[in-house]
Amino acid sequence: MNAAYTDARVWTVILALGIGTYIIRLSFLGLIGDRPMPGWALRLLRYTPMAVIPGMVAPLVLSPAATDGQFDATRGVAALVTLIVGLSLRNTLAAIVAGGVALFLGLWAVGPVLI
Amino acid sequence: MPASTVKTAYWRGVAIGAPFILVIVPFAMVFGVIARESGLSLVQTVAFSGLVIAGASQFTALQLMVDSAPIAAVLAAALAVNLRMAMYSAALVPWLGSAPFWQRMVISYLNVDQTYAASIPEYERRPEMTVSERVAYFAGIATPIFPLWYGFTWVGAVAGSAFPDGLGLDFVMPIMFIALVAPLVRTVAHAAAVAVSAVSALAFAGLPAGTGLLLAAALAMATGALVETAQERRRAATDRRRQA
Repeated sequence: MNAAYTDARVWTVILALGIGTYIIRLSFLGLIGDRPMPGWALRLLRYTPMAVIPGMVAPLVLSPAATDGQFDATRGVAALVTLIVGLSLRNTLAAIVAGGVALFLGLWAVGPVLI
Repeated sequence: MPASTVKTAYWRGVAIGAPFILVIVPFAMVFGVIARESGLSLVQTVAFSGLVIAGASQFTALQLMVDSAPIAAVLAAALAVNLRMAMYSAALVPWLGSAPFWQRMVISYLNVDQTYAASIPEYERRPEMTVSERVAYFAGIATPIFPLWYGFTWVGAVAGSAFPDGLGLDFVMPIMFIALVAPLVRTVAHAAAVAVSAVSALAFAGLPAGTGLLLAAALAMATGALVETAQERRRAATDRRRQA
């Protein structure tokens, strides 16, 4: 994939992530059983997707690798369309379709608009 | 006859699981395409979907590998995205906890967003279901979902190499991420977590790849939990005033 990720290292990630994710899924049902989780733990768990993913997205939107890190208004608009549709319709699939159409249409009709 | 009610439960599960095909197919295909674009082999791409079966964390790991983040950071971030499944696992215990261990092992492999979301409401609606019926129902939901998840990852991975450059495929990943998170944002606490995560990840951009993200995620999680606690306190105080 790149200099840092040889085949062996990619396999390491795939296997470790597979095992780790399985252990998470098995945790209570298979191992811990019917013991109540402390409230603070439940509370933190609920925020994990919302805590990790936006942090990954923000730099990708503001400085896309495809434009050498320069902000591209066309890609920015596509991101905004995805966000608005996702927030208003609460539907992942609709948001992907809307964002994808905005992205491909924008790049086809206007091309990147670097700011 | 118990065998027939178990069978009925299984097919009810299949019917409930079927509509998820609409989400699973495009999602799996996009992962296949993007994984190949990022330089994974066909076998690696399909193995990824088969072993991890969690789209958001697969995209997370992929993105961080593309960024050449250290393995520890890749795993920490991708596993953090999956921590919510510990909650799913706990939620299933009251309903499936007395099933044989091997069945609970299989259920755990099948315990993803869709099967979890579709099973619990049914268990609550029909408390008279036996444990074997519940297990069959869960397996039923998974039946239309899992083969298509593997299959369409493969389709995407094979078709992906046919796409020319300049299409904007590089930006499909951020769009998937936004589309995954936006529908989850329902409260002020959620919005606060999202904002803190995005802003602090940008502020930590100078740190080694992956490290800034983990710091940002920790801050965002704490923010979400604190805002939620504060809101609950305020609500409780208002209730007390009303009663007084």
